[in-house]
Amino acid sequence: MVLYNLAFYFFSLITLASASVVVFSKNIVHSAFALLFTFFGVAGLYVLMMADFLAITQILIYIGGIMVLILFGVMLTNRTIDVQIRTGSIQTFPAMLIVAALAGTLVGIFWSTDWKISPTAIGFEKTAPEIGKMLLTNYLLPFEIASIVLLVALIGAAMIARREKKA
Amino acid sequence: MGMEILVSTAKFLIVMTVILVSVIILVYLERRISAFIQNRTGPNRVGPYGLFQAIADVVKLLLKEDIVPKNAYKPVHDLAPIISIGAALSTFAVIPVGNTIELFGTTMKLMIADVNIGILYILSVTSIGVYGITLAGWSSNNKYSLLGGLRSSAQLISYELSMGLSIIGVLMISGTLRLDQIVQHQTMYIGGWLPNWNIFLQPVAFITFVVAAFAETNRLPFDLPEAEPELVGGYHTEYTGLKFGLFFLAEYANMITAAAVITTLFLGGWHLPYAENLGLSAFTLSLLQVLAFCAKVTVILLFFIVTRWTLPRFRYDQLMDIGWKVMLPLAIANVLVTGLILVL
Repeated sequence: MVLYNLAFYFFSLITLASASVVVFSKNIVHSAFALLFTFFGVAGLYVLMMADFLAITQILIYIGGIMVLILFGVMLTNRTIDVQIRTGSIQTFPAMLIVAALAGTLVGIFWSTDWKISPTAIGFEKTAPEIGKMLLTNYLLPFEIASIVLLVALIGAAMIARREKKA
Repeated sequence: MGMEILVSTAKFLIVMTVILVSVIILVYLERRISAFIQNRTGPNRVGPYGLFQAIADVVKLLLKEDIVPKNAYKPVHDLAPIISIGAALSTFAVIPVGNTIELFGTTMKLMIADVNIGILYILSVTSIGVYGITLAGWSSNNKYSLLGGLRSSAQLISYELSMGLSIIGVLMISGTLRLDQIVQHQTMYIGGWLPNWNIFLQPVAFITFVVAAFAETNRLPFDLPEAEPELVGGYHTEYTGLKFGLFFLAEYANMITAAAVITTLFLGGWHLPYAENLGLSAFTLSLLQVLAFCAKVTVILLFFIVTRWTLPRFRYDQLMDIGWKVMLPLAIANVLVTGLILVL
């Protein structure tokens, strides 16, 4: 049990420390690198909660896919353009509103969820089939909406990137 | 608990040693076979038939000076080869090299870690491997390296999709993410004589997976990340000595891993057809099965090498076309057809 607690604090520390680097670092490349460790830490926490499928998916999608693209975006723009891209604060007021709304939602979820605070007796058995069943029955609509949102983002990105220049 | 750790460590050490030794043999084979195909002799001076050439190469790499370019970003420059080799070697943790074996009175599985989601573990570790190449290309602060890194990450991400999708067909048939159960499922026989290997049940998935594996391991005809004529060297242009050696090692270790995954998923893993009917003792049978696994991996590795020296390199747009317009639709169609057949 001591080992479990140690592991929990270790991953929490990684997550929180790297997340604060993401937010507070002035160098955008460092932020991008730190985000990598944040994702790793969260994956570790998932494993501790016996959600092995979720942990692996986190690594597969966020670290293996999305972060590669983010890093490349940051690396390429940071070197090729002479202007150093620095993170700074603009639009403070609208940002505060959005952050407050988001934080409120998260805290709400935090309080209303029935957290498992220790490893369950069930162990690592069969999380993937359960998640699959839930996604295709109870949570079908949110699942589909999420994929439509992603599709919209994809089309939007393609539109912006490939916009025809009018001569 | 202590015993388990000891056993795992022993398995780990054995697997690592075997892989590292196989890399050396593989490099030698590659040079000899390429020489044979190009009508040359190949290395034949160091030791009998040039067998010690690879060892000499390793010593040379170890003794070379480690040069870091002045403008390189040093922490990342050092980290990149470690990520590459780490990802290449850790995939082997979940691959079953044999069935259970009886040793010292206990039955043990011949794999390092028997995880629920073995196949996903392989995919995710492979996807981490992208970082080695990407970061190496970027941190060298060299435009050729950067181009190599950029190409390779685009290539790896594109082919990861068809790789993942071609695995789905296999998963639908076996109904599990556990690699040892996937192998167990292949030890049956169709009609009493044809081994129930997934290559017979999923030929399309096999083809797309092998092509994706070639792309993932950066082997010709998909070795654009290190196209010498265009990119000087590719992502490892600015690496010397031991760190270059690590990239080299990672490339060959990746090949071995890819061959092992192909064997596990499509060629029946450690299954040696009809051997279980011969009435051998359990221990002999286990040993034979491990040998069968190694033999299958070797055949695929030879296929990798012969392909490299037979085909020319793709152009970048051809690479993307094949990945997105041929492999991906094929893999999706395969999933659809498999699903239809399973439902009917």
